[in-house]
Amino acid sequence: MVIKHKFILKTENAWSDANEGLLCMDTGSWRTARPVLDKEKCNYCGLCALYCPPQCMKDMGDYYEVDLAYCKGCGVCAKECPRDVISMVPEGEFTDG
Amino acid sequence: MAKAQKGQVRVITGNAAAAYGAMLCRPDVATSYPITPMSEVAEQLSAFRADGLVDTEMVEVEGENSAMNVVTAASMAGGRVFTATSSWGLVFMYDAVQQASGFRAPVVMAIANRETPGILAVSGGQQDIISMRDTGWIQIIVEDCQEILDSVIMAFRLAEDFDIQLPVMVNYDGFYLSYLATAVEIPEREDADQFLAPLKQQPERPRLVPGEPLSCGTHGIEIGFMELRYKHCAALERATAKLDEIDKEFGEIFGRSYGGQIEEYRTEDAEIVLVTSGSATGTARTVVDAKRAEGIKVGLVKLRLFRPFPRKRLAEALKGKKAIGVIDRSVGFGWNCGPMYMEIRALTPEIGIIPMLSYIDGLANLDITIPHIERVIDEVSAAAQGKPYQEVTWIPMEE
Repeated sequence: MVIKHKFILKTENAWSDANEGLLCMDTGSWRTARPVLDKEKCNYCGLCALYCPPQCMKDMGDYYEVDLAYCKGCGVCAKECPRDVISMVPEGEFTDG
Repeated sequence: MAKAQKGQVRVITGNAAAAYGAMLCRPDVATSYPITPMSEVAEQLSAFRADGLVDTEMVEVEGENSAMNVVTAASMAGGRVFTATSSWGLVFMYDAVQQASGFRAPVVMAIANRETPGILAVSGGQQDIISMRDTGWIQIIVEDCQEILDSVIMAFRLAEDFDIQLPVMVNYDGFYLSYLATAVEIPEREDADQFLAPLKQQPERPRLVPGEPLSCGTHGIEIGFMELRYKHCAALERATAKLDEIDKEFGEIFGRSYGGQIEEYRTEDAEIVLVTSGSATGTARTVVDAKRAEGIKVGLVKLRLFRPFPRKRLAEALKGKKAIGVIDRSVGFGWNCGPMYMEIRALTPEIGIIPMLSYIDGLANLDITIPHIERVIDEVSAAAQGKPYQEVTWIPMEE
């Protein structure tokens, strides 16, 4: 058997990170509500980024920003934020959604 | 590598042997939910930890499903991990078992084999091995207490090999070996360390580190999924020869080896061959010797590696024989024959069309006795001479 397929993953197992593999599906289109973060109140603890299932919280140095291309709108970040800095706002309220 | 010094010989049970094997490999994380007949493995390992022999983190879990998830996660974080279970506990972690192999997590699990749910049987049998056949794990079946200890050590070498990266089950007959105390030579710590040292020379495998977002097992769509399955199957294929290599190296260092994938006993000039696995092999060996003394040219193959199936080595061992008999300690639902028999039958293109006889015996603590094996050899011998034979025999049902 001749394998013509070029391996997508460099490792034996199914490892993927934010640069390749993981953030490749159009998960942003699943979203019905988006997380809105009040960066004045955010103390950059990083819990939202740790919990985010598709790992789409972008580290901005002293706060986090949501990568809307991949955010599924699951709301885990809002639930886990100890300062209640993140609120889930319905997509209908945005003109870009 | 240098030859190992003579280890201390102690009379210990099969369960203790499994715990000693694990202890000598210094796992970072271990966990196990108690179940008959393997609870002693976790008790022993906890005792080793309490005595300061290992600094393994023993995680208390609420069930076997959690146990497998704990060790898989710890393995993904880069740790060496160990767990043990049996029967109902094993099937309770069925999804997690597949998760471990799909993640290519090198978990080592000792299993004291016992009958599986359906009919409550707190007794030995190999049905739990069969229920795990298609989980993508490496499955090794051992014969005695010494082999349990040695195989656990070898299992870590195999599982964590960079070319393999697969979880390994070390199976031993529950009740027969789990509680049987025999003299076992316990390797010295530094010798076990030396044997495992090559694992440290390998490239590091990816691992989960807080702050470095990585994901495992999420890239599961279409060709990405197929690629991972392809790699998994290819690694299983590599594991066959790798086990032979590791077994040989173990033999050179410790003076004990087990044949790797299969152990052949008096097969070279044999006309008929018996295939067994696990503790029944010891009985079979004595019967083969007795039948040899009577002039019957019979040999024995001990199946040590069940997954991946040792197709090549079995075909080499069985080719040119006149008839074979396979004793299974489990049933093959839907085929009405022994599962190992069924798999060996699939080697017919390599072996040739010869009488193949299936024997089901030893379910739920029924003994696979000397008279039973004598009967098997007599019938296989008659079949080899062209006499009519019955394909499948449930031995105790005909008594």
